[in-house]
Amino acid sequence: MADKIHLKMTVNGQPVETLAEPRELLIHVLRERLDITGPHIGCETTHCGACTVDLDGKSVKSCTVFAAQADGAEITTVEGIGSPDKLHVLQEMFREHHGLQCGFCTPGMITRAWRLLQENPTPSEEEIRFGMAGNLCRCTGYQNIVKAIMAAATEMNAAKEAAE
Amino acid sequence: MNDQTPPTREERTAALKGLGCARKRVEDARFTQGKGNYVDDVKLPAMLFGDFVRSPYGHARVKSIDASAALALPGVIAVLTAKDLEPLGLHWMPTLAGDKQMVLADGKVLFQGQEVAFVVAEDRYVAADAVELVEVEYEDLPVVTDPFKALEPNAPVLREDLQGQTEGAHGLRRHHNHIFLWEQGDKDGAEAAISEADVVAEERVYYHRTHPCPLETCGCVASMDKVNGKLTLWGTFQAPHVVRTVASLLSGIAEHNIRVISPDIGGGFGNKVGVYPGYVCSIVASIVTGRPVKWVEDRMDNLMTTAFARDYWMDGRIAATKDGKITGLSVHVTADHGAFDACADPTKFPAGFFHICTGSYDIPVAYVGVDGVYTNKAPGGVAYRCSFRVTEAAYLIERMIEILAQKLGMDAAELRAKNFIRKEQFPYHSALGWEYDSGDYHTAWDKALKAVDYDGLRAEQAERVVAFRRGETRKLLGIGLCHFTEIVGAGPVKNCDILGMGMFDSCEIRIHPTGSAIARLGTISQGQGHATTFAQILASETGIPADNITIEEGDTDTAPYGLGTYGSRSTPVAGAAAAMAARKIRAKAQMIAAYLLEVHEGDLEWDVDRFAVKGAPERFKTMTEIAYAAYHDAIPNIEPGLEAVSYYDPPNMTYPFGAYICVMEIDADTGEHEIRQFYALDDCGTRINPMVIEGQVHGGLTEAYAISMGQEIAYDEMGNVKTGTLMDFFLPTSWETPHYTTDFTETPSPHHPIGAKGVGESPNVGGVPAFSNAVHDAFRAFGLTQSHMPHDQWRIWKTAQDLGLHG
Ligand code: FES
Ligand code: FES
Repeated sequence: MADKIHLKMTVNGQPVETLAEPRELLIHVLRERLDITGPHIGCETTHCGACTVDLDGKSVKSCTVFAAQADGAEITTVEGIGSPDKLHVLQEMFREHHGLQCGFCTPGMITRAWRLLQENPTPSEEEIRFGMAGNLCRCTGYQNIVKAIMAAATEMNAAKEAAE
Repeated sequence: MNDQTPPTREERTAALKGLGCARKRVEDARFTQGKGNYVDDVKLPAMLFGDFVRSPYGHARVKSIDASAALALPGVIAVLTAKDLEPLGLHWMPTLAGDKQMVLADGKVLFQGQEVAFVVAEDRYVAADAVELVEVEYEDLPVVTDPFKALEPNAPVLREDLQGQTEGAHGLRRHHNHIFLWEQGDKDGAEAAISEADVVAEERVYYHRTHPCPLETCGCVASMDKVNGKLTLWGTFQAPHVVRTVASLLSGIAEHNIRVISPDIGGGFGNKVGVYPGYVCSIVASIVTGRPVKWVEDRMDNLMTTAFARDYWMDGRIAATKDGKITGLSVHVTADHGAFDACADPTKFPAGFFHICTGSYDIPVAYVGVDGVYTNKAPGGVAYRCSFRVTEAAYLIERMIEILAQKLGMDAAELRAKNFIRKEQFPYHSALGWEYDSGDYHTAWDKALKAVDYDGLRAEQAERVVAFRRGETRKLLGIGLCHFTEIVGAGPVKNCDILGMGMFDSCEIRIHPTGSAIARLGTISQGQGHATTFAQILASETGIPADNITIEEGDTDTAPYGLGTYGSRSTPVAGAAAAMAARKIRAKAQMIAAYLLEVHEGDLEWDVDRFAVKGAPERFKTMTEIAYAAYHDAIPNIEPGLEAVSYYDPPNMTYPFGAYICVMEIDADTGEHEIRQFYALDDCGTRINPMVIEGQVHGGLTEAYAISMGQEIAYDEMGNVKTGTLMDFFLPTSWETPHYTTDFTETPSPHHPIGAKGVGESPNVGGVPAFSNAVHDAFRAFGLTQSHMPHDQWRIWKTAQDLGLHG
C-alpha cells in the first residue's frame, strides 16, 4: 500500500482536506472519507453518470478521476446546488415534472443539468437529450427529465430577464 | 369571496389530494438534494467490507483454495469458504423455486462469476486486493450453455448433488439436467384443434436472456450485536419481511432478534427479490468478526450473477379457421434456468403465470408445457418488470398473432379485433384456467388505432414498399401492434405463496389526536412513489389530506408483515389493504361521530372528510374532530385511540391491459432504426395518480425498448459472459430513447376495493412485442416471419441481408 497523500480541495464552497491513497477514486473519497453521499456509484466504469460531480467548471464522472487529480480543485456536488430552504430551480422542476423515480440517478442528473444550462442556457430538446446522454436513468425513460430541464431553463431565463 | 364561506364539496375533495390527483411526490425533496439513504450510504462504526472471489470458469472442479497470502495482507480480517460455512449448514441455501443453491463453491463451480470465497477487509480497496491474492486451483469441465444440448443423453452432469434424484420440487426429472415439466390445459384438445384447423401457424420464438440492471446494484450491511443478540440487516430487498423469515430459518437466530431494513432502493425491477450469497456471507462474517459487514456488488457482479430474466425458447402453434377465428393454441417452452433453479415465482407456479399466454383472445382450447433445464449459466429467472413470466407469455401470443395474420393474409389489427374477448364475456374463464376479472378490449383497440391513424399508416407503408422495390428509398416502415393482457397482484393465499408465506399484504394505520396519520405497509418502494400514492388512497378513504399522512415501509420491526413489492402487486394487494384498514378507521369514526352528534350511527353519512347527519349537512364532525375525540373523550363502550390494521388476501388477480402501437423506420443497409411514434394506451383500472402512472409507463417502455432492441446477457460456448459491463449491456441513454404518447381507458377491477389494477409492469409486457413486431412488420412484405430479439443493428442488418435486400 502506497503512502497516503494529503489532499486539499474546495467542496461545495467549503475547504476540505483529507488523506487518501494515490489510487483512490474521487467518488470513493467523496463518499467514504468526506461523507458526501449525494453522488452515487452505478458502474465505476464511466458509463452511468450516477457519480457525476462538477470539477473546476466541468461535469466529470468521479469514478474515473483519481482523488489526487482533484487536489486543489473546486468541486460541486448535488449537495452544493441548492439548500433545503432554497432549492435550485432544477431541483424544483425535477419534482414538478416527475423527472425522478428511485432517485438514484438524480444527483448526477441534476449536477450535469446544472452545468449544461451554464454551457447552453437555451437548449433545444435535442441538445438536452445529447447533453445528458452521459447520465443513465433506469426508471423514468428520460422524457420527464428532459421536460424538467427545459422548464428550468425557461424559468432561469425569465428570472435573469426580470433581474436585468 | 368572504372568508367565512365554507369550502364546497369539490374544494374539500381537492384539498385531500386523493385518488386521481397528480400529486407531486413527497420522496423527491430528499432525492433531488442528494439526501436519499441507500444501502451504500449506510456507514457504521468499525464497519468492514466484503467482496467475492468469483469463478472465471463456467464449469470446473475446485481442487483447492489457498487464502494464506490474502490473510497475510494488512487489513484483511477473514476469508470465508464453503468449508467455513459447512459446520453452520450454510454452504448451500434453499432457493425460492424449491431447489438449493451453493452459497460458496462446494467442490465445483457451475457458472462464470459464481461465488467461491468471501473476503472481509477493512475497506473496499483492501478487499479487492485480497480477492486477487486468494489462490484457487480449478480443473475445467465441459460447459453447456445451450438448454437443448443440456438435455442430450450424453450431456455433462451439471448438478452432481442431484444425481440419481428422479423427483424434483415440481415432479419428475427425466434427465440429469432436467428440472421439471410443468403442464397446463388440455393437451389432446389442443392437438385436435390443430389437426382439424384450416390454418396453423407454427414458430419458435426466443425471448432471450437479459437482466433487470437497476442503477443501484444489490447490497447489504449486516450487523450482529453480540451484546443483545440482535442482527440488523440493511439491504436492497424488494421483500424485507420474507428476507427476515428466511434469515431466521437459515441462521437459527430467532425471528424477533432479526431486524431487516430496506432503506431507499435505487430501482429493483425484480433484481432485488432473490436471496443472494452476498447476504448470507455478510451475516456470517458479521457474526464471526463481531463487526458490521457491508457487501455491495459492482456492476459486473450484478450483471453476471444476480437474477437474470427470461431465456425462454417458446415453440408455438396456433390454429384458426380460414376467416381468422382462432380455434386453439399449443405451446412448449424450453426454459433455461441456469445452474440452480432460483426462479422467483410463487411456489406452485414453476413457470410463473406463463399460462396467461392466451392473451387478450378468446381461445377455446389451449395447452402449455414448460421444461425447466439446468445449464452453466447464472441462476435467477426473476420477473424483470413483469409479473412472473407474463412478458414471455405476451411476447409469444403477440408474435403468434402476427405470424398467423401473415399466413392468413389478413390485417393483424383486424385479426386481433376478431378474436378479442368481448366486454360481455367478463368475468372470463380462459382455457388455461384464469378468471379474467374485467376488460373492454375493443374500446381500447379502436381508440388506439384511431389515435395513430392506422389506415393512413398502412397506406404509407404500402407506398414505401413500392418505392423501396423501385430503388427510390432504402428505408422501410414497420408498424408494431400489441394488445396485451397482464395478470398482476399475486395473489390469493389459497394458491399463491413464497416459501410457504401466503401472498397477502398489509397496512396498519394510526390516526394521531390532531388528525394527521401514519400508515405502514408490508411493501417497499423502489421508485414507484408509494409514500405519495398510498397516502392518496388513504386520503380518499379517511378524509385526511394526503399531505398529513406519513407512509412508512421497509422496517420489519415496525411495518406489518407483507410479501413485498414486485409483480405489480403493491397497488392490487397492499393498496387494497390500505383501503380496507381505512374503512375500519371510518367505521370506528362513525361510532364516535354518532356519540358526538348524539344521533344514531345509521343516521350519519360519509361526506368527503366528515360524517354528516343525513338530511342535515350542517350538522357534522370532521375526521380531525373525530380523531381528537378518540383520544380525548371518554366515550361509553368505545376504546380510546384510532388505529386499524388490515391483512388483505386478494380474491383474484387483477388483469390490466393495453394497446400499444410503435411506428419504426428501418434502414435496410445499416440496420439502424428510428422510432417515429410510440403510442401507449393503458387500462389499469382506477387511476390513483396520473402523473406517477405516466412515469411508470415511460420507464417501462424504455426498458422494453432496451430489451427488444439490444439488451441481452449473452454467453459464448465456454460459458463466458459476453455482456458483463455497461459497455456491452445496452441501457438506452436520453439520446436514443424514443418519445412516448400515453393514453388510457379506465375499466375498474370489480373485486378490488378501489378498483385499481396496478400498472408498473404493463409497459414492459406490452412494449416488447410492440417494438419487436414493428421490426418484423417492416420486413413482412419481404417474407420475414421470425427473427430473434434483441433487434440490434447487426441483427437487423443481417435480416435484410438474409432476405436478399442488399442487392
Ligand atoms: S459510477 Fe461513475 S459513471 Fe457509473
Ligand atoms: S430515477 Fe431511478 S435511475 Fe433514474
